[in-house]
Amino acid sequence: MNFWMRLKSDRIAVLCMILLFSVVLLGIFAPLIAPHDPLEPNIKFKFADNSLEYPLGTDQLGRCVLSRLLYGIKTTVVLSLLTMGATLFIGTFLGIVAGFSRGKVDEAIMRLCDVLLSFPSEVMILAIVGMLGPGLTNVVIANIAAKWAWYTRMIRSLVMEYTDKNYIRFAKVAGCSSSHIMRKHLLPGVLGDVIVLATLDTGWVILTISSLSFLGLGVQAPTPEWGMMLSEAKNIMTTHPAQMLPPGIAIMVVVAAFNFLGDSIRDALDPKGDQTKAVVK
Amino acid sequence: MKRYILQRVLAIFPILIGISFFAFFLINSSPSDPAEVALRVNETVATPEAIATMRRELGLDKPFLLRYGTWLLDSLQGDFGNSYITKQPVLNEMNKAFPATLALASLSLFITMGVSMFFGIWCAVHEGSVGDKIVRGFIFVGTAMPSFWAGLLIMWLFAVKFDLFPTSGMDGFHSIILPAVTLSLTFISTYIRLIRNTMIQNRQENYVLYAKVRGLKEKTITRHIFKNSLQASLTALGMSIPKLIAGTVIVENIFAWPGIGRLCVTAIFNRDFPIIEAYIVMMAVLFVVCNLIMDIVCALLDPRIRQGE
Repeated sequence: MNFWMRLKSDRIAVLCMILLFSVVLLGIFAPLIAPHDPLEPNIKFKFADNSLEYPLGTDQLGRCVLSRLLYGIKTTVVLSLLTMGATLFIGTFLGIVAGFSRGKVDEAIMRLCDVLLSFPSEVMILAIVGMLGPGLTNVVIANIAAKWAWYTRMIRSLVMEYTDKNYIRFAKVAGCSSSHIMRKHLLPGVLGDVIVLATLDTGWVILTISSLSFLGLGVQAPTPEWGMMLSEAKNIMTTHPAQMLPPGIAIMVVVAAFNFLGDSIRDALDPKGDQTKAVVK
Repeated sequence: MKRYILQRVLAIFPILIGISFFAFFLINSSPSDPAEVALRVNETVATPEAIATMRRELGLDKPFLLRYGTWLLDSLQGDFGNSYITKQPVLNEMNKAFPATLALASLSLFITMGVSMFFGIWCAVHEGSVGDKIVRGFIFVGTAMPSFWAGLLIMWLFAVKFDLFPTSGMDGFHSIILPAVTLSLTFISTYIRLIRNTMIQNRQENYVLYAKVRGLKEKTITRHIFKNSLQASLTALGMSIPKLIAGTVIVENIFAWPGIGRLCVTAIFNRDFPIIEAYIVMMAVLFVVCNLIMDIVCALLDPRIRQGE
């Protein structure tokens, strides 16, 4: 069975994919779906109960919670995906260059990675946000800056495995240019593993972005964002604790779906684990 | 063994220099001018003359590498400069906040180790039982749940609803419990899983078969397996201690715990660069040193690593 077949036969993986895909769609089409303007306060209806008009009620300013959740997808999920994409791009590019060229270029890139990786990524992100100041763009930049080194190192080690394979040697002897070998022969080889790493990490990125917003270092009010909404809910916890539920559950479900999907993809790519298990049993 | 330790200790020096340079570079390439920030936070009008004076006062008119050299020498002697806001030496501020963070982190570490060892071993022994499935469900929720949400829910339940603990601040032993539990939640799920899985893997090894053939008691065998599974957890623990201290940032902010994480976030809002700089360097040094210690401990426990080097 190939990778897709195995993944498709995994019911949880399919479920997660459908869920995540629809979440992204909901986020993209939020302006069409959302029943209200997420920024429009309506003090008269503050803390309204669940109703047809306000399916999830309203918050302390009378803003529709459902609309804010839907618009929040764009900030939280879509931004995390973008962050991941940018990190992967830089990591894959530098990783392939370092692994393929070896020598001085490799040495320089790897030493830089060593220094960057000697910080815990949480501290690194705080450091960069500290330098650039609070704000959403800065949080995204900080996430990319904190993560690319790790990807570069992983991808480099993957590439190193491939560079000694005969088909790469043949390509070199046949006179293919370095960039051609990197693009056409090395990239497809490492792409699978890169995707697994990325899915496993997207949940983590979502958590980071929303944590920073929760601390007030990321998204600034009144932009709807899940971490931000939780931070607002904290202030009214004693009187209206239910306000903490919608954004918290939303974050948890999306992160859990990414974690599940990551595990399934890993199993589907590397079925060896199952075989050994079967043999042992 | 001595040679191995010496090698590892010598290897961290270039990394430490790299880190210090990086931290210094990061803060100095900030888009806002430190002199202007220092003036603005003291509510002085930032006229060009005032900025020029302040730049001289902060030594910003000197070339970059010279400033880095001075800064490095000063910080090696514990002098990280003065906070822009309070005008106090950064070291004093750090010293005031550090014990609170240390107390919080050690208690969480203690909770984490106790709980995860208990459930990790239990789940490995009773693999596939109902209890194992429940614990795995908890682990799963624990890894996906944002720690700030968990913190809020815990705070609401135990401090607001049942009024057992104070919601925030630091007075007495009572107030450390909720933040410590919140902080350990994420780590607990990681460690239960780690201990459980390595123990289950280890059960397939030949030494277990041999022990069974010798007719050893089930309990003794479990102890053997546990000892051999410890190494993976120890390495992870070495990585976790600095992560635990870095992780206090969120928890300290939720529960208004006056530690260094809160200090750093406040400093970020105030653009108080000397404190941010000191925080970065401190965290990185902690991270490197913890890794070093864990490497050495692992080498002590497992002769295979020593010979591999």
